[in-house]
Amino acid sequence: MESLTNRKVVVSDKPMTFMEKLYIPAIIKGMLVTFRHILMRRKTVKYPEEIREFAPVYRGMHVLKRDEQGRENCTACGLCAVACPAEAITMTSAERTKDQKDLYREEKYASMYEINMLRCIFCGLCEEACPKEAIFLTDRLVPTQFERGEFIYGKDKLVESLDHRIDITKRQFTGKRGTI
Amino acid sequence: MDTFYWIDKLVLVLVLFLISLGIAAYQTYFERKLAGWIQDRVGPDRAGPFGILQPIADGVKMFMKEDFTPANADKWLFILGPGIAMFTSLITSSIIPWGTDLQLFGRSISLQVAEINIGILFAFGIISIGVYGIMIGGWASNNKYSLFGAIRASSQMISYELAMGISAITIIMISGSLDLRAIVESQHGMNWNIFYQPVAFVVFFICALAETNRAPFDLPECENELIGGYHTEYSSMKLGLFLFSEYVAMFVSSALMAILFFGGYNFPGMDYLKDSPNLLSIISVMVFFAKIFGFIFVFMWIRWTIPRFRFDQLMHLGWKVLIPIALVNMLITGFVVALYEHWF
Repeated sequence: MESLTNRKVVVSDKPMTFMEKLYIPAIIKGMLVTFRHILMRRKTVKYPEEIREFAPVYRGMHVLKRDEQGRENCTACGLCAVACPAEAITMTSAERTKDQKDLYREEKYASMYEINMLRCIFCGLCEEACPKEAIFLTDRLVPTQFERGEFIYGKDKLVESLDHRIDITKRQFTGKRGTI
Repeated sequence: MDTFYWIDKLVLVLVLFLISLGIAAYQTYFERKLAGWIQDRVGPDRAGPFGILQPIADGVKMFMKEDFTPANADKWLFILGPGIAMFTSLITSSIIPWGTDLQLFGRSISLQVAEINIGILFAFGIISIGVYGIMIGGWASNNKYSLFGAIRASSQMISYELAMGISAITIIMISGSLDLRAIVESQHGMNWNIFYQPVAFVVFFICALAETNRAPFDLPECENELIGGYHTEYSSMKLGLFLFSEYVAMFVSSALMAILFFGGYNFPGMDYLKDSPNLLSIISVMVFFAKIFGFIFVFMWIRWTIPRFRFDQLMHLGWKVLIPIALVNMLITGFVVALYEHWF
């Protein structure tokens, strides 16, 4: 069969020569290899003091965006839930009343929106499916919890707060993927 | 035999004890650092600057742990095991000449605790007792893994003691004395035994690795097959003593190798310092310690390079390779020494 890589080695069980039987040359060769590693530069990132930068396209915890006037973009169309390969997203829709006009951008909104962070595989397909620029993946990490139930994130954790907007431009405008 | 003599010796014993323990403690630190470097890691760096306080943290941890004795263990032997291991590792340092004599308070102070004229025999005797600590500890634990470790330790000791002794005999033949001080004096300056006996040195070095249970001969305590071997059942400072005694033994056997083959405290150009004996003494101690640290480094370097031997390979190497080499080397040396003394 034709070799796929150039790393193929034919294994032979020929008897060892005298030099090989001495083992000492091989041991010295091995020790020189380890000595070279002593002198090498360490690649360790000393975590609490140094934090390694995320890739610009890093896909972390989701955010449900609001528009400039602070209204939620999501209209609970369910496309993200359909797109989700892990079936992590579930939602219920409701109709906007007159006095909620400054809360939700369109007539329909998500009264309940949950992402199970244990199911989520952070593929970003929900973000691509969303027609309303409502859901985005950010460079934030999902924090650890002790209970499984705490990983089901409702709107309280997902929707960005009015006075603390989440910046999504870093991931969206890298030039490495299509723009929104 | 005046009182000053005893004061000298007492101070020397105390200093040696502290130095041995301190070096053993920092060997654990350096071992972990070196392991880290070889594996492209940083090693311990959290306790103090560069992790320099790590051995202290480890010691505190050891003391805080529960001191557990298994239900079916022989209680006294269980305590005796680590005690013997530690005692035998420490006692060997008493016969080692650490440097040339100091001139203090108008007296000449010898930097050797016990100047016995059969020093090398004493060293071998004590080193071979060292395995009793492991054996007793492994036996008293009443655990099959511990017992396996103990059996391996003792059979390994028997196989390697022979080759080690025979290669040391060649040194005795060359220097014509069993006294460690005389062996060191015979290698004055750069006239080291390694240049006459490289084969004996290689054999002795391999055997020293085996005697101190260091990788690649750490079969008595291999984690993968024997889950710790003879110290499986040990906890708290008893375990600490076992681990510590291994490092002290490493220190002492490095010192022995430096004495037998690398001229002990001798260094080239020491004759220029004849007029200032104290300076000579201090430098000679430092040179001796530099040699010891070099050996310790090689011990550790080997440990993190070479994988462990299989048990039959260990026995094969001991009985069929090292002992014949050592024997042939001894015969040739004896022949040459005899020729040299009678015809030249």
